[in-house]
Amino acid sequence: MSTKFTLSSFEINEIENQKKYYENYRAISIEALKIVQKQRGWVSDQAIVEISKILHINPSDIESVATFYSQIYRQPVGRNIIRYCDSVVCYITGYKKIKKTLEKSLSIKTGATTLDKLFTLLPICCLGNCDNSPTIMINEDLHSNLTPELIPDLLESYK
Amino acid sequence: MNNKIIRLEETHPLTWRIRDDKKTVWMEEYCNKNGYVAFKKAISHKTPKEIINLVKESGLKGRGGAGFLTGLKWSLMPDKLINKKEYRYLLCNADEMEPGTYKDRFLIEQMPHQLIEGILLSAFAVQANRGYIFLRGEYIKGEYILNKAIREANNFGYIGSNILNSGFHFDLFLHTGAGRYICGEETALINSLEGRRANPRFKPPFPATFGLWGKPTCVNNVETLSNIPSIILNGTDWYKRLSQSSDTGTKLMGFSGKVNNPGLWELPFGITAREILEDYALGMKSGLSLKAWQPGGAGTDFLTPEHLDLSMNFDTLLKAGSRLGTALSMAIDNQTNMVSLVYNIEKFFARESCGLCTPCREGLPWIVKILHSLKNKKGQNNDIRDLENLCISLGPGKTFCAHAPGAIEPLQSAMKYFRSEFENGINIETKDLNENIIGIQSNKF
Repeated sequence: MSTKFTLSSFEINEIENQKKYYENYRAISIEALKIVQKQRGWVSDQAIVEISKILHINPSDIESVATFYSQIYRQPVGRNIIRYCDSVVCYITGYKKIKKTLEKSLSIKTGATTLDKLFTLLPICCLGNCDNSPTIMINEDLHSNLTPELIPDLLESYK
Repeated sequence: MNNKIIRLEETHPLTWRIRDDKKTVWMEEYCNKNGYVAFKKAISHKTPKEIINLVKESGLKGRGGAGFLTGLKWSLMPDKLINKKEYRYLLCNADEMEPGTYKDRFLIEQMPHQLIEGILLSAFAVQANRGYIFLRGEYIKGEYILNKAIREANNFGYIGSNILNSGFHFDLFLHTGAGRYICGEETALINSLEGRRANPRFKPPFPATFGLWGKPTCVNNVETLSNIPSIILNGTDWYKRLSQSSDTGTKLMGFSGKVNNPGLWELPFGITAREILEDYALGMKSGLSLKAWQPGGAGTDFLTPEHLDLSMNFDTLLKAGSRLGTALSMAIDNQTNMVSLVYNIEKFFARESCGLCTPCREGLPWIVKILHSLKNKKGQNNDIRDLENLCISLGPGKTFCAHAPGAIEPLQSAMKYFRSEFENGINIETKDLNENIIGIQSNKF
């Protein structure tokens, strides 16, 4: 039997806390999704309904925002999110080799999660680190001037 | 930042306070380096109108890419004094996501108080009482730094009610995004801040009169705002003298790609691209030569090595068929195929289209499909003509915002200068066959 989904008091407080910064509570919807995602890794349908109740907005409005922004995950992801920059400077300096090495080392394609749920691999737009390209981001850490040889040790450090 | 450059207060308003170890300059150090002096001077001795006039006189142009005059933008805000219950907004656009651009990150991470002082001065000038820094969600370090800097400014009494007993009231908050390039577009940024999809809004009404939650709103880029303190402190004549061209002041410029020393430097307008490439970026890597370059981000037209001696300023690059954009240039080496490169760029623009208007939503994926087949030598005879037509259909004035017009700039210039590479992508085996069925057959890839 499934238990009823509820947001934690921490999550609710964090969302409520945002209300003082904005004239209209709709503005909190993106931050609320980020707050929940930070705790749970992703945003479920039930989470969207619960957020909509706090902000007094229709759940479909929250859903429309959740599906628009690339950093909100609407399905479970791995414990570590790897995002490789595939924009033009990283293209010139060789992101494709980085991407291939990541896919090979993790035995997954871009967009997928490893079987042990440890890593999810995603592309990302320019990370504003072009003078140190190619570059990737793992969770909140930026890794610059990457070469394929550096990938195995880098992945190991996140296990 | 190249340490060989001697950065002085007189010549490098944006970067003279930067530390050689690249660590953030926090409040104490910033104040020791003349920080917040301009702000204190302004709110006690100047009126908002005087500051707007100073910025107008300085000739400062917006550094986000479009180059609109900042003073003029400010003067578009309604003049009417506000009552205390009404909000007027100053938004700092820190949603830097243009591929090839890394200047705002540099300013945010190393000089947050210069930005905050610029925001305060701008807010005072346009009589805004609330401000948000819209920071892209991926700038995690920037988020930490700006939060701390805002706290410091609050503690010093530079933010809040009755700032330094001047009667000026201003609250500043950090708002982080959740990914999407379009959030950098002025009106899309406002929609995103309101908690909606980042679709651009139709103009008019302009944000100056009807912006965030329908209130008067002014949106300025990080680098633009970072210029304000020095203009107020040192005057407009000094600011104009910094430049070697008709555009005033300095600009963060740089080169990335396969150059020996990729980076960014604060340089006077009017410097040539060749000087930046050779003297600062130290030329192309061994064995490579320059084939083309983009002056200021993925959405600017390609130029060739013959254009390297052009002066880096808004007007000259426009006359040369490109744009200054963000002035962070990208070098393309002779080993890079232009069709593959443009395919990468167009894939980015197609992925990041918000989907609101049809030409952009439908046209960009179409361009990507054609480029994909040309890249794989499976193009059809009419592909280049179709690309040219698409460039017209997605050009300025045909779409809601500048996303699609920006997207076709690299494509049309690549077809202009490197047409043979596109022609080489046409499948020779089906070339004659295609002649008879133009307009019927879809692209295969």
